[in-house]
Order: sequence, then structure tokens, then C-alpha cells
Amino acid sequence: MSALREDFKEILRLVRPNTRVLDIGCGEGDLLELLTQEKGVDGQGLEISPSGVAACLAKGIAAVQGDGDRDLDHFPTQAFDYAILSKTLQQMREPRHVLIELMRIADRALVSVPNFGHWRMRWALLTQGRMPETKALPDPWWSTPNIHLCTLRDFTTLCAELGLRIEACAAVSPDQPARSIDPARPVENWRAETALFLLTRERPRPPAPERAATGDLFD
Amino acid sequence: MSQTVIESPAIETNGGTLRLPADAPLRLDSGATLAPLEIAYKTYGRLNAERSNAVLVCHALTGDQHAASAHPITGKPGWWSRVIGPGLPLDPDRYFIICTNVVGGCMGSTGPSSIDPATGKSYGLTFPVITIADMVRAQAMLLDVLEIETLFAVVGGSMGGMQALQWAADYPHRLHSAVCIAAAARHSAQNIAFHEVGRQAIMADPDWRGGAYEAHGVRPEKGLAVARMAAHITYLSEAALQRKFGRELQRDGLSWGFDAPDFQVESYLRYQGASFVDRFDANSYLYITRALDYFDLAASHGGVLANAFRRARDVRFCVLSFSSDWLYSTGESRDIVRALNAAGCRASFVEIETDKGHDAIFLEEPVLHSALRGFFESQASRRGLA
Repeated sequence: MSALREDFKEILRLVRPNTRVLDIGCGEGDLLELLTQEKGVDGQGLEISPSGVAACLAKGIAAVQGDGDRDLDHFPTQAFDYAILSKTLQQMREPRHVLIELMRIADRALVSVPNFGHWRMRWALLTQGRMPETKALPDPWWSTPNIHLCTLRDFTTLCAELGLRIEACAAVSPDQPARSIDPARPVENWRAETALFLLTRERPRPPAPERAATGDLFD
Repeated sequence: MSQTVIESPAIETNGGTLRLPADAPLRLDSGATLAPLEIAYKTYGRLNAERSNAVLVCHALTGDQHAASAHPITGKPGWWSRVIGPGLPLDPDRYFIICTNVVGGCMGSTGPSSIDPATGKSYGLTFPVITIADMVRAQAMLLDVLEIETLFAVVGGSMGGMQALQWAADYPHRLHSAVCIAAAARHSAQNIAFHEVGRQAIMADPDWRGGAYEAHGVRPEKGLAVARMAAHITYLSEAALQRKFGRELQRDGLSWGFDAPDFQVESYLRYQGASFVDRFDANSYLYITRALDYFDLAASHGGVLANAFRRARDVRFCVLSFSSDWLYSTGESRDIVRALNAAGCRASFVEIETDKGHDAIFLEEPVLHSALRGFFESQASRRGLA
């Protein structure tokens, strides 16, 4: 692979060798192919488009055609060491549920999200009063697949709420070297275009789902 | 159904009929036993020194062991000549490919037209009811004799895909990988309904004679042909039928009668029915459709499909479906994949976009072939096959 995407380089750096990796929204399997070659991972992809999955299979990458919003529920608990969700969370119908599922399925999650708090976004809104169209988010509002955009601060707040620990964070873009950042610093919420997070659980296991009271005296 | 003529590839073809003695019976799910047992099979390629390159190819309802070589009755190329052959996804230069005629079949394996040693006459309806698991158990017995402990892959479409799933449930330790194409983990009410139409057509033929037609020197050809015609519609999609035939007529104008087919699609179906009876036995059709109808992999595992695959975590799966297949739809394959995921098995799955319906298994379908090639390539390197 000649021009390696910078965000792929950062993921490659963070993933430990010979681990089990689930890539949600794996496309044609480029990242999994890279991880398999370079890190010897045991990879599995989930991809919504049939042509993407067919391309994965032709490369020898295991992939399942499916929908991240619906199909994660069918994976068993702690089946993977890493779950990767690259710039897809904002397209999910229920990002909060997806994050919970990621951390149930895998010990660690690598999640990248475009930062709607980036200065270009703020500037466009402020000066034009219209939904921003930038390099990271190029589509007009009426055709964008991004239905749940958030800022860096929104994302870190949700992580805290879900009891997720941010092990590492880097500002990434396809053409510039990744830059390690502290996502809690307000300035990063202005200048990071896309942020890649390595997440683990604060607690060793996710909390058991709350059971509805049955009214049984001994429940 | 394709009229394209393809050359039978020049590959080393072998095989024969395994005859097991009466003291080595096949124990059936029904509780009955079948002995002596004969299993007809074909092989392509050579078993390597490590005995690690064997691939079992499982045929569909009306298929047989002639997967990649000319059929002895029809002379047509094998039913999977597009997949098995030099330079194809299952290359005999690399793999030792085995295909057996299922138990209950009519191409050399023990079935209702075989001679019952107890009576000296053909079994007919005294043949015991068989299941998909029984077919798989017989295949395992053949592998024992061939001294093949582990299969590199078990592969099949339609009923063959069900056998692949059954293999994963019953003999996971003997499998490296499994491929299930256009199949389901159980027969639906609609599947059973279509089969019942076919069975009733056979049994309504006066020449069926309560299943004892051989003793009377007749064959229920009309009933079997109608069964095939009805089933054949389920193998095609509405779009493909429309594309191929539309409302095209056989002759100029309508005949205003019933003597000859008016529409091309009628003529095509009649041909499919008429040519089928030359190579298939009516009672075999009854027995094999019954085996399919009884198939419900979850039911034999506490009603939870994932339980069927719990022991198969080391098996790599590839599940494929066709977008226009309404016999075993994509939803059925998706259920299989979800159960595999829930059981912790590694699975690949893709729905292949095509208007060719269920029959796409056997047709020129580049995405199917590239997916199979990719899957076998990656599994071969994982298995350390040259």
C-alpha cells in the first residue's frame, strides 16, 4: 500500500499484534487487510454494502453483510479484543447503544468521530448561518448520512456517562500525521477536525441491565 | 437451466461405490437402520500426503455425485462445472474434491429403488424415512473408509448448504471450514407446501402404484414431471422468467386450445419436467423432499440455533445468499449468520445481487465465484495448504 491513510497509521499503532479485531463499517476491508498483514490480527468485518463485503471476501477478509445499528446485538460478550468504528458513529441511529454494545463485545474500542466543534464549523455557522460543509463533512444537510453529529466535548461527556475510560486520543485526518491530544482541553474542541479514541471500561464489566420491578415480594 | 454449453474440464476423475457390510449399518434418526449400505461418489484431484486438502461438495435435492464431470445419463457437464475445475475456485490441482450421492438418492447410493435384501425386491415405500443428518452420517462413514479425518471444507448450495450446516453441528472437530449457499436452517411452511404439491403430483399419477411401480414395470413420469415443473418455478425469479420469456408465444397467434403449449414459458417448463424424469426416481423425490421438510437444525438443539454451532468455534464459515432467491431468502441466511455470531463462530456473509433466483448457485455469477475463491484462498493459507 503506497499512500497509507494517516488515520489508519494511528489505528495500526494502537492495535496490539495477534488480537481479535471487529471492524464495523469495514468497507472493502482495507484496514483489516492492513492489520492482518502488519499485526497478524484475526479480523472480522461488518459492512452494510454487498459490494463492500464481496470485495472483502475476494481479498480473503472475513466479513458479514449487516447493519451496525441492528446486528451488534447478535455478537457474544467479549468476543473481540478490539472493536473499530471509524467515522461511523455519527451515522448510527442509536450511537449511545452502539457504544455500549461495542464495549460489551470487545475489551477495547477504537472510535473516531468528526468534531462538530472544530473552528471551521463554528465559523461557517457564525458567518453564513448555514450548516457547514467542510472537508471532513462535505455533504449538504439534506443528503448527509451524518444524523448524530457531536463535538469533542459532547463525546467525552457521553464516555464519562457510560463509564468509559479514554486510554488514548489523537487528532487525525487522512493526509496529516496523527497528533496525540488531551480531549479535555478546550482548545482541542476548536482545532481537532476528527478525533480517534481508544476506549476501555472504567469498571471491569459493564453494569447488568436494570431489571424492571416485577412486583414480586421476594424479587 | 442455462443453455450455455461449457466444456467438461480435463481433470482426474475417480470414485466408485462404497459397499458397507450388513454388520456396519447406517443408524437413522428415525430409529431404523439401513444395511447393507452403498454410497456412490466421485472424486476430483488427489489427496495430499498430509490428508489435509479434502473438500466435500454436497449436492442439492435433484443433484448427484457428478459435480464436475459429464453426467452418465444426460451427457451434460457436471452441475458445478463453473466452480470445480482447473483455475476455478475449487481447483483439483490443489484440493481433493469428493461428492457423494445422498442416501435416498437414485444414482447409486442406497435409496428407495435399491433392492431390499430381505425381500429381493426394490424397497419402494418400505424404505425408511431419512433426514439431512442421516445423509451427513453416511458421508462421514465414507470419509472413515477413505481415512480422511478432517475436511478442509464442506461446501454446498440449497440442500447441500443444509448438509454443510449439519456437518458443523454434528462433526465440528472434523471440519476446517464450511460454506453454505442459498440455504436455510429449517424448512419454512412455504417450502413444505411446495414440496407437498410435488409429492401429491407423483402420488396422483396412476402409474405410481402406491410406490411399487417398479414391480409393475411402469414409472409415474407424468406426476414426477409436474412435481419438477412446480419446483422449477421456485428456483427462478419472477424477473428472470419475465426477462427470458415474457408473454412470448410458441407460434404465431394463440391456439385457442390445450393441445400444445401457447406460451414459451409453458414449453420451457414442459421440457424441464420431461428431461428430469429420464434421470430421477419418483420415490427418491418423495424421500428427499421429506428429509428437507423435516430439517430444523434449531429444533434438535433446544430450539436455539446458536446451540447447534457452539462446538464449531474453530470452523470458519462462509454464508452466501442471492437477492432474488425467494425459495431460501436472504433472511434465512441472515438468521444462520446471527446464530453463528452468537455462538462465537467466525463467519463471512454476503447477499449477492442477481435476478437469477435460487438457480444462481449453478449459473455464471462472478461475485459468487470471487467470494468462494477469496474464502478458499484465505482458508488454504490458514490451513497451510500449498
